[in-house]
This record gives sequence, structure tokens and C-alpha cells, in this order.
Amino acid sequence: MSTDYRQMWADMGLDLEAHDALLGVLGQGYGDIYMAQKNRPEGMAYFDFVMSEVHGLRIQELLDEKKAGRKIIGSYCVFVPEEIALAANATLVGLCSGADFAMEEVEKLLPRNTCALIKSAFGFKLGKVCPYLESADMIVGENTCDGKKKAYESLGSLIENLYVMDLPQVKSAQGRELLKAEYIRFKEAVENLTGVTITAESLSAAIETVNAKRKAMHRLALLRKADPAPISGLDALLANQVFFYDNPARFTASVNKICDEVEQRIAAQEGVFAGKTPRILISGCPQAVPNWKLPMIVEGSGAVIVGEESCVGERGTRNLTDNSGKTIDEMIEALVDRYFQVDCAIFTPNKERIDHIKEMAKLYKADGVIHYGLQFCQPYLMEAIPVEKALEDIGLPCLRIETDYSMEDMGQLKTRVEAFIEQIS
Amino acid sequence: MLFGGIDIGSRSIELVVIDENGEQVQSLKADTGFDPMSEADKMIESTRFDQIMATGYGRNLFEVSFDAPTVTEIKAHATAAFHLHNDSYTILDIGGQDSKAIALYETGKIKKFEMNDRCAAGTGKFLEIMAKNLGFSIEDFGDQALLAEKEINISSMCTVFAESEVTSLIGRGESPREIAKGLHDSVVRRAAGMINRVSSGGKIVFTGGVAKNSCMVKMLEKRLEREIVIPENPQFMGALGAALLCRAANTEKS
Ligand code: SF4
Ligand code: SF4
Repeated sequence: MSTDYRQMWADMGLDLEAHDALLGVLGQGYGDIYMAQKNRPEGMAYFDFVMSEVHGLRIQELLDEKKAGRKIIGSYCVFVPEEIALAANATLVGLCSGADFAMEEVEKLLPRNTCALIKSAFGFKLGKVCPYLESADMIVGENTCDGKKKAYESLGSLIENLYVMDLPQVKSAQGRELLKAEYIRFKEAVENLTGVTITAESLSAAIETVNAKRKAMHRLALLRKADPAPISGLDALLANQVFFYDNPARFTASVNKICDEVEQRIAAQEGVFAGKTPRILISGCPQAVPNWKLPMIVEGSGAVIVGEESCVGERGTRNLTDNSGKTIDEMIEALVDRYFQVDCAIFTPNKERIDHIKEMAKLYKADGVIHYGLQFCQPYLMEAIPVEKALEDIGLPCLRIETDYSMEDMGQLKTRVEAFIEQIS
Repeated sequence: MLFGGIDIGSRSIELVVIDENGEQVQSLKADTGFDPMSEADKMIESTRFDQIMATGYGRNLFEVSFDAPTVTEIKAHATAAFHLHNDSYTILDIGGQDSKAIALYETGKIKKFEMNDRCAAGTGKFLEIMAKNLGFSIEDFGDQALLAEKEINISSMCTVFAESEVTSLIGRGESPREIAKGLHDSVVRRAAGMINRVSSGGKIVFTGGVAKNSCMVKMLEKRLEREIVIPENPQFMGALGAALLCRAANTEKS
């Protein structure tokens, strides 16, 4: 990344020294983990570029958008509908929370036994190292797990433009009503922020844009059925991660381009790994940038990841929004229908998730499932047990792991993952 | 041809050499020390084999230094246990630094495993520290515990908390043997929990250094109501498994 951005970062109030350190670690990690891979699709060069400019060009673009009057909204959860932001002439970016930062400061505000994702969200704010967070005109929190719910109360003291969305916990008629009411409230808040009134046209166009983005991800996901695997799990995860903050139209075009290339590879029987490489489905907590720990271990131990049942993955991108509505009301209903199907572990009961895991394992011909749980994440760690049971009932091996962002347990994790790969191969 | 298996643990290194029939021809053991690779090198120098496979936490270091294939401890222990006792499908390994429970299919293939490797609780290290605190040698810690006349419950599984619990029990005048038994019980509870998560019946092969502890074996048997078999050299099972897998890889090739 060129040094031209230093002024921009300083103007945004970033702590330049800490920020340099973060970029250093990020660049090094990306080089070691991503650039060291063999036989990658050429189209991945786009993502290499995006990552190298993740705090540079993309931020410059956002600042330019701001200058032109657009608003930037940051979010921490796939329940925050990008369609509504886009329709009101705002840009939605997912805030990553995939690395530990300023942990000592964080632990002044949060108990130690808080999941790494939440701690990271605080760390990036307290450490003043996230240009997305600093450029956002509104940050949306949501009442999902208890950890996040309570954490937003404290985060509110650090971020003055925090908006908290309430979410249901049960997939009932009342639950759906709540989600709908909250989406309408969010629509009004966004309209207030941007001064732009959402119209049927703008909402329909926004739905179209986001559908196209999800469709491209569906296409990529389905191509991963092939053996030999035409794209690594690391690269597919990266696409899922970049999904959250890239320009939607450009992202869609880039993913589709990779899909074209991947289709040719499949036709030519080419892969990133040899045919018959053990295939693993990952299921569980989101893996946000730059959390590449598990896929790095898995794919460095002789297996390939063929799908992610995760919010940074298929749980987040599954299902399109029906765009046949004519009025704003109809479209909001369609949005609620789409989002209400997200099977996050904060819902109870949440049987759909188990069905989806089984479906995905079958579709992508997984030989085993690794359940990825972040330490202290009660919802997913609790669900891990029935998930394992359900998979065992259909004869599919499952490995439950519980970890965080630190590198301390790398050795142990590697042994576990390697033993699991020996078990399924 | 001779096949070697080396198990590089964080506390000790074991090396086993077998012949083409799987018969053990040699076995060695050494402390890991500060420089495991030079220790391993010395051991290799004093043995004779044609090929070797490594396991244990230091296997990757060995792979790089000696260009040898590797296998995880899980598969190595499972292989050795099934080789010696092909009518048991559950394995419990309690080593110095970690513990694991493995369930097998009747073919010997791994069905499921559980591992505790994040802290010393429930491992040989825990027993060692506690034996020292109570003034017993690790060799007769188990035998002494078996002589206890009443039950004491040690509630802490964590080494640090258990240590202070032991101190206060001593202060209260409890007998060291009874405290010892309570400590064994806490390791047994943990091990039983792990076993129950992977399998619910049948014989159990108990491997690792802790399998030599008579009290552990008796209490486990009682708690689980399952038969426990102990291989002749329980600490060499990882190395034996690696040697067997080395032999298997070789026969596959030819
Ligand atoms: S896991 Fe749940 S809380 Fe987290 S991003 Fe997904 S839907 Fe939101
Ligand atoms: S990983 Fe779990 S605990 Fe952490 S924010 Fe997500 S749902 Fe909450």
C-alpha cells in the first residue's frame, strides 16, 4: 500500500503507529497464508488487490462517496439489511472484528470471558485502527446474543452514532412482526441520516443489486461441489469476507469472473488440490477478516474446505429477496421474509440450522464437518453438541473445536485437525 | 526390513523398532530436554532401522529435521492399541501433558476422539505435581492412595486451585493417603467423562504413563464398570503405533 494514505488516516483520527502495526501483521499474514497457496484461480488477483488496498483505496472511495453526499453505515451482523441502506443512498460496510487488538484496554470494558469477535470490535474502536469504523456516519448494533446485546451498551459510550436494532429470538408470527417493525424503524433512521426518502424504485434497485451479489456467491458455492476442488476454502472464505465491504457491483462482477474461470477449471478437471483430497465443511461462528486460522490449519494439513455454514458464508448469503413487489410495503415484506430465514444460533429452537448443515454436507460431498466455535460463544457452543449428534446419526464425522484469535493453541488445534483428517480419509 | 516409530512428547521421547512381522526388536526412552531434536538424533544414532515415522507434539520438527513422515498421536495410539488388543474398541491415553479418549470401529478405524490438551488438569503432570506436594514418589502414588480408608472430595480440577485445596486439607489434618485418593478421583472423573463422550461399552485399552498407576486403573474400572486392559509398555504405545504405520506404509508401496 502506498504511503499516500497516511494523511488520510491521520485526518480520520487513526492512531498511525498502532495502525502501522496492524497493517504490518495483516500484510505479513496475508502473504504467508494466501500468497503461499498454489494453483489459485487467476481471478483471485482481484481479491489480493482488494486486500492490499483494504485500508487504502477502498477507504479513499468511501471518503469520496461521503464528499459527494453519500452516507456510510457500519454493521456487525448479517441481519442488518444492506438493501435499505443502498435504497437511501447509503453504503453499508461490514465491520470485520477478526483480530485481537488493544486487549488490555478492551478488558477494562468487557469481562475476560467475552467472545473474541466482540472483544475485537471493541479493540478496533479503542485502538483507533479501523478506518471503516471511523468513516461511518452510523454504526448499527443488534440485539442478537447476550454478549453483543450487553456489549453495545458499553460500545455506545465510545461511539456516539450507534444505533441498536432489536431482533426476535423465536421464528413465530410475533417474531416476524418484530423484525418487520424494526426494519421499518431502521428505514426511517436511515432516511433521516441521508435525507433521502426511499422509493419503490430505489428499493427495488437495491434489492436487485444485493440479490446479484448473493447470486454470484451462490454460483461460486455450487462450483465447489467439484472434485478436484477448483478453489481453496481459504480463497472462498476471502470472497465471503470481502462481500461485506467491497463496492457491491464491482464485487459481483469479480466473483462472476472467478466463477467463469472456475467453470473452465472444472471442465479441464483442474483443481487446487489433487482429486480425492478429504473434503471438510466448516460450520459455526463467523470468521471475519483477518481470521484465517482454521482454514489455514485445515488446508495446510491435507484437506480442503468445501463450504462454510457461517454468517461469513452460506448462512449469510443463502436465499434471495423476492423482487416482484410493486410497493415499498410489499418489498419490506419480501425483505423480512428473506432475512427471517437466517438460522443464527441466537434463535430458539433452531432446527433449520441442523437441516442446512446436513444438506450442505451432502451437496458439497463433505467427508466430515468441523464445528467452529469461538470460546465463550454460548449460542454456537451449545448448538455444537446437537449438531454433532445429528451428524453422527447420519454417519458423518464431526469435530468440535473451540478456539479464539490467539495463536497459542495452534499446536493443539493442528493435532486435532490432522487426527480428524486421518479419521475421515 | 526394520521400521522405527518415534514419539516426541513434551516431556519424553520414545522410540520403538519393529521387524516385518510387527515384532518389537528394540525400545528406548529419553527425556525431551531443551533440545528435542538433538535428543532424537542421539536416539536414532543408537538404533538401527530402515525407515521411521514420527508422532507426538514434536513430530513436525522431526519431519523437517529428518525428512520423515508423520502421524498424529491419536492415530498412533489407536493403531498400537488395536494391534495388541483387537477385541477392544475404546482407548484411553493419559500422558504427561495431555489425555485423550478414542473410539474405534470394529475394523480398527477411528470413529471419534476427544482430547484434553489445554491444561495440566487430568494429566500425568497433575498427578506428578500433587504427589510431590504430598511427599510421595510418583511410582507409588497410586499404591498409597489405594490404602486410603475414607473418601475425600477434591472439587477443583484445575491444578492451581487443587494445589491450594490440598494445602488446606493438609492444614486440617487429613491424611496424605486420603487426599491422594481424592486427587486420583478427580482425574478419574475427568477421564471417565471423556470416555463416555466417545463410547458407552466394551473393554478399554489404557495407555500412557498414567496407566501404570494402580489406583487410577482400579478407580476407573469401578466408575465405568468396564474392563480395562493395560498393554505391557503403556508409555511406548505412541511410538509403537508410528512404527506399525511406518511398516504399513511400506507394504502398501511395494
Ligand atoms: S452469527 Fe448471528 S449474530 Fe452473528 S452475524 Fe450471524 S446472525 Fe448476526
Ligand atoms: S460469536 Fe457468539 S458470542 Fe460472539 S458475537 Fe457471535 S453469537 Fe455472540
